[in-house]
Amino acid sequence: MSAPVKLNVNGLPVEVPAGASVAAAVAQLTLQFRRSVSAEQRAPLCGMGVCFECRVQVNGVTHVRACMTPVSEGMQVITDA
Amino acid sequence: MSGTVASFDLIVVGAGIIGASCADEASARGMRVAIVEPGPIGGGATAAAMGHLVAMDDDPAELALANYSLHQWEAFADLREAEFSRCGTLWVARNESELAAAGTRVARLNAAGVEARVVDAATLYELEPALVPALAGGLLVPREAVVYPPRVANYLVKRAQSHGATLYAGRRVLALHRGGAQLDDGTRLSGPVLVATGCALPALLPMLPMRGRKGHLVITDRYPGLVRHQLLELGYADSAHGDADSSVAFNVQPRPTGQILIGSSREFSATDAAASPAMVQRMLERSFSFVPKLRELQAVRIWTGFRPTTPDGRPYLGAVPGTTDQWVAAGHEGLGVTTALGSAKLMMDLIQGRQPAIDPAPYSPERMAA
Amino acid sequence: MPDRYDVLVVGAGPAGLAAARTAAAHGARVGLLDAQPRPGGQVWRHDVRHQAPRAARDAIGKLQGVDVLASHSVVAVESSALRVETPQGGRLVSYGSLILATGARELLLPFPGWTLPGVTGAGGLQALAKQGWPVAGKRVVIAGSGPLLLAAADTLRKHGAHVLGIYEQAPAASVHAFARQLSHWPARAVQAIGLRLRLAGVPYRFGSFVRRAHGSDGVQRVDIETPTGMQTVDCDLLAVGYGLVPNTELAQLLGCTMDYQGPHPHVGVDRLLRTSVGGVYAAGEASGISGLAVARLEGAMAGHVATGHSAAAHALLPQRDRERRFGALLARHFALDRRLHTLADKDTLVCRCEDVTLGELDGFSDARAAKLATRCGMGACQGRICGTALAELGRFPRSGARPPIFPARLATLAGLTTLPSDDAYRGS
Repeated sequence: MSAPVKLNVNGLPVEVPAGASVAAAVAQLTLQFRRSVSAEQRAPLCGMGVCFECRVQVNGVTHVRACMTPVSEGMQVITDA
Repeated sequence: MSGTVASFDLIVVGAGIIGASCADEASARGMRVAIVEPGPIGGGATAAAMGHLVAMDDDPAELALANYSLHQWEAFADLREAEFSRCGTLWVARNESELAAAGTRVARLNAAGVEARVVDAATLYELEPALVPALAGGLLVPREAVVYPPRVANYLVKRAQSHGATLYAGRRVLALHRGGAQLDDGTRLSGPVLVATGCALPALLPMLPMRGRKGHLVITDRYPGLVRHQLLELGYADSAHGDADSSVAFNVQPRPTGQILIGSSREFSATDAAASPAMVQRMLERSFSFVPKLRELQAVRIWTGFRPTTPDGRPYLGAVPGTTDQWVAAGHEGLGVTTALGSAKLMMDLIQGRQPAIDPAPYSPERMAA
Repeated sequence: MPDRYDVLVVGAGPAGLAAARTAAAHGARVGLLDAQPRPGGQVWRHDVRHQAPRAARDAIGKLQGVDVLASHSVVAVESSALRVETPQGGRLVSYGSLILATGARELLLPFPGWTLPGVTGAGGLQALAKQGWPVAGKRVVIAGSGPLLLAAADTLRKHGAHVLGIYEQAPAASVHAFARQLSHWPARAVQAIGLRLRLAGVPYRFGSFVRRAHGSDGVQRVDIETPTGMQTVDCDLLAVGYGLVPNTELAQLLGCTMDYQGPHPHVGVDRLLRTSVGGVYAAGEASGISGLAVARLEGAMAGHVATGHSAAAHALLPQRDRERRFGALLARHFALDRRLHTLADKDTLVCRCEDVTLGELDGFSDARAAKLATRCGMGACQGRICGTALAELGRFPRSGARPPIFPARLATLAGLTTLPSDDAYRGS
């Protein structure tokens, strides 16, 4: 397995194995991925890109499904929590 | 139910935004009202409306009706179900000549009592930073608003019911006869009839020409603050009132949810409701040419609708020619939501033999009867 | 990358992998497309900490001659072509034949507390763990229905989770009867015995289901109804899934005729996996939940038929028919208890995208009326979660698919192939 990947979640450094998803990286720090329409905290439900509960901002792009996105070195992830 | 006869002061056929408004106005005036609607309330053109309450000033008759109606809409500003959002309208000028034409429009709007002003380029970009550079300026109508029409239609029907109206849900009027209407389950309703069936008008009133003008809509995920006003190109009216078989125009709305609603397209020859990739492409490219950032946004849904369109673009509001107990309120093209409340008041004044607040002649069905 | 393939396979799980390899072996130009960043689908999902099963490594390793189009999400269909989106932009990919291997997703039923962070599907938490989600040392309750619960428990323990219990809603008698039937499928029996051995020590309870999840920032405890009364379990994660449902949106958009297994559609196919649309085939879970062996066999069959080698497909039919009977066995023994239909109360959110409660849907006789008035189903998941649950509850049948079948960038829908910079719009 290749070297772990370092990235930032809400400005804080996180390290995960190569090939991990952004969802896995966020979960190292928090289970608050997004706020629902009525301001409830939400986290991934389905793990496979169907439920859209895992949407976060990745490198400036919003509404990215974290469970479908592999991490990359230096990635900036911001949750909506 | 076969053979049942029920009597009413008014039978409203169709519960889109027009029928719902008419039923609500009629019940508020003490009439015993029946409402007949085969599908979801607000499920026709109303479900494909942008809900933009806008004073369109290129046709004086439309402006009069819109103005009258917009004053009624103010009463809905605090109604939760209306989702009334006073984002204002900003018409965008690509060059100096469009900006000059905007000046003429401002004068017409101001004369009609609609607050409007020309804005220069600097102000334009303060108001809407996401607009593409090098535009000349615009026309701001700051007090215009947007609503969510299907919910308003539902609310109006419920309000009519609270005043005693009877809703025949899931039922269709098969035929009109003197003295009333026949439903598809055999029920006969007796009383004056008001047909507000939009594009389906020819099924009951074939003498009144009506065409469906297909439009597309795309709605995005939530991007609050990217767009602040309903944005249109100043050439929009050319698309709306032109005769070209197909056209698109820049027309983008910030929903109060933070989603961005994108229109608009018009086609006469298309009869099937499936979204056309080619038309979606044209409409989106037009929108990108004004707001480039739209390209990156996530679209969640695409849908279509058919605007009920008469030969001169004005609705039929009045008595069905040759009858005394049949009325019609249909054919509002892209102004159904804007003019719904005014249409309803106009119709009830005509039905009750009262002097309407605006001249009804431009909308008289007599003008068209084939 | 070319824009046209002789055979385009949608879905790179076991069925799609088999289809792609088989078609390529016959000399076809093959594209294998999947929205995930790596092939494997769900059951052979890449695990960041553990080696994949040999069959998976084999299947993924033998893709010479196949263009693997990862992170390609199908958005819409045009004439003999699919409009797809990638992280870089959009493409139109045309095909001679199309093989739908779109697999399945979990049936997730609403219940009080299901929106708490830390509540996931059972397959959902398995997928998250494989992606590197931190489960080591976490107390996990697994609940719902089907053999997937055991597979999920196994994966989670391998990742260091402390599985407190597996709560299966089917009654003990049904599950034991199912286990006895496994003697007809020796490979599965061996697999099941292996699982049970690895999970020895983890309570496996029947006739039990989660009534409610509690917690403030995330799930902290769950109430479970069991045959002997209510039980409360403190936990960090709750993984609950009620079986699998075929992914059929693309098939529906293509106009394929659907069949129904209970409330959920699957793609209708003939003996040689042809759908009602010429040149379009379906393999694996998309045409009915039946598991891994069927997916692999049908993938191969579809690869044969799509390249004109029906005889080779015919040869696989007896084995495939036997394996398809396993699907019927699953459905029979893990049928859902009627009490699951009343887990949600009027205040329970059904539509998570637009926060619509079950109570708000009262009084609407059809899905469209409810949608227009409440926005239920109008969110980003496009009704996949709420719509599937409402179909299972018998509330509203699922309606057909419309494009885009997944959210997509406006640039993709406008047919743009790459994302132009803002410069493209200056000064014209």
